[in-house]
Amino acid sequence: MERNGDTAGATIVVRDLRRRFGRQQVLDGVNLDIPAGQITTIVGPSGCGKTVLLKHLNLLLRPDSGSIIIDGTDVTAASSRVADMVREKLGVLFQAGALFDSMTIFDNVAFPLVEKTDLSRAAIARRVLEILAQVGLEGMEKKYPSEMSGGMQKRAALARALVRRPKILMLDEPTTGLDPTRTRSIHELVRTTQQKFGLTAVMVSHDVPQVFEVSDRIAYMHGGKVELSGSVAEVTATSNENFQQFLAGKAAGEEERPLSQVVATPGR
Amino acid sequence: MAIAGMIERLGAAVIDGVITLGNFVMFLLSALIYVVAPPYKPRLLIRQVRTIGADSLFLVGLIGLFTGMVLGLQGFNTLRRFSSEGALGTVVALVLVRELGPVLAALMVTARAGSAMAAEIGAMQATEQIDALTVMAINPVQYLVSPRILAGVISFPLLTGIFDVIGIGGGWAVGVGLMGAPSGPFFNGIAQNMTGHDITTGLLKALVFGLVVMWVCCYKGYYAARMATGVSQATTEAVVLSSVLILAWDYFMTSILL
Repeated sequence: MERNGDTAGATIVVRDLRRRFGRQQVLDGVNLDIPAGQITTIVGPSGCGKTVLLKHLNLLLRPDSGSIIIDGTDVTAASSRVADMVREKLGVLFQAGALFDSMTIFDNVAFPLVEKTDLSRAAIARRVLEILAQVGLEGMEKKYPSEMSGGMQKRAALARALVRRPKILMLDEPTTGLDPTRTRSIHELVRTTQQKFGLTAVMVSHDVPQVFEVSDRIAYMHGGKVELSGSVAEVTATSNENFQQFLAGKAAGEEERPLSQVVATPGR
Repeated sequence: MAIAGMIERLGAAVIDGVITLGNFVMFLLSALIYVVAPPYKPRLLIRQVRTIGADSLFLVGLIGLFTGMVLGLQGFNTLRRFSSEGALGTVVALVLVRELGPVLAALMVTARAGSAMAAEIGAMQATEQIDALTVMAINPVQYLVSPRILAGVISFPLLTGIFDVIGIGGGWAVGVGLMGAPSGPFFNGIAQNMTGHDITTGLLKALVFGLVVMWVCCYKGYYAARMATGVSQATTEAVVLSSVLILAWDYFMTSILL
C-alpha cells in the first residue's frame, strides 16, 4: 500500500477505519491522508465503500473502530457539540443536491447564513448573489429547485455548500446523472472554486478517468480499503492489478451499478 | 433445531420491537427537549400552526357541521320516543364536547396534515435534505419535529373548540329549526348540564391527540426507508397508527378522566 508520509500537513487523517452494516464489512481498515489545499478524489467500483467513507468524514456516520482527525480535531467519538464545531468548517455537496424543495434557490443558498450567522439581511443577500454569480446562476435566485435542470441544481447546491466559506469541501458524486458536457463544466467549476478559495476538497466520483484531470490526488478503494493513493501521475502509473482492471471497466461489482450511474457515463 | 430457530426468531423479533419502541420514545423526548431549549424559532412554529391549524379550519368546520346535524337528527328521533325532546341540546353538546369533537377533529387533521407531514419529512429523508441539515450543524429534530409537535399541541384544542361550537350549531339547526324541538330548553339544557370538567376533559384529550398525532407522523416520516415506496409506506403507517392511537387513547383517557 502506498501512502503519503507527511501526516502533519494533512487536513484529514483517517486511520484503520472500520464499519460494519449487518454482516457486511463495508469499511475494512481504511487509511487515508487528505492534504490541505488540494482535490483528493476517491474512486473505486460500486460497493467499495467510498460513499460510506465520505459519510464518516462529514460525521453523518460513526465508525465501529479506527480514527478520523479533521483539521486537528479527533472526531471519531466527538460529542454533538464538537461535531457541530467541526461541521462549521465543512461544505458538503450531496449526490442529489439535497436542496430544500420548499424554498427558492435564494433561500436555499441563504439558509446556512440565516440559520447559523448574525449577518444582516442585506449582507446575506449580497453574499448569496455573489456566490450564485460565481457558480453561473445569476438571475435564477427566484426559481425553485424543481424548475431547474439537474446541472443547475448541482450548481445551486455547490453555492449553498460554499456560502459560509468552508475550509473543506466534500462532494459526493457531484456529476451523477449529468451528461459528459455538464460533467466537464461541473468539474471545471469545482476546480476553479477550489483554487479561488484555496479549499481542501474531497470528492467521491465514478467519472473515471475524466475526473483525473481536475484532481490533485487519487485514492482508489477496493473491498473496503484504500488500496492505492497518491498523485494522479503516481496512481495512473501503478501496476496494481485491481486498479488497472477497474480502469479498464472490468472491476468486480461493476454490473451492480444503478442505472442512473450507467446512463450518466456513456461510452464506458 | 427447528424449535431453537423459532426461539431465536422470536427473541430477535422481541429485541427489534423493544429497540423500535425505545427509538420511538427517545424521538419524542429529544423533540420535547428542543421545544424548551433555545434557540427559539417562532417563525417555524407559526408556519406549522398555519399548516396544521389554520389550513384545517374549513375541513374541521365542515365535518363539525355535519356531525352536529346528524346528532340533531338522530338525537331528536330517539328522544322523541321518550318525549324528552327538551334534552336534545344537552345530548348534542355533551357528546360533541366530551367525545366526538376531540376524536373527529384529530382524525380529520391526521388525514389532512399528518399524512402530508409524514410524506414531506419522508421525502426529505429520501433526498438527503435531512442529512444536509445535519452537516450544516442544524439539528433536524429541532428544526423539523419540535415546531410541528408544539404546533399540534396548540392547534388541536383550538380546532376541537371550533368543531364543538359549529357542531352544536348544526345540531340546533336540524333539531330545532328542521324537526321542531323546543329552542329554549336546547340552550338552557346545555347551560345547566355542561360543567367546566366536561370542557377541560375534551380539550385535554385534544391536546394529547395533538402530541400523539404529530409524534407518530413525524417519526414515521423521519425513519422512512430512503426510496419512493418508503415514503408511501411511511405515510400509510403514520395515518393508521395515529388513528388507532387516537381511539385507544380516547378510551383510556375517558376511563381515567370520567
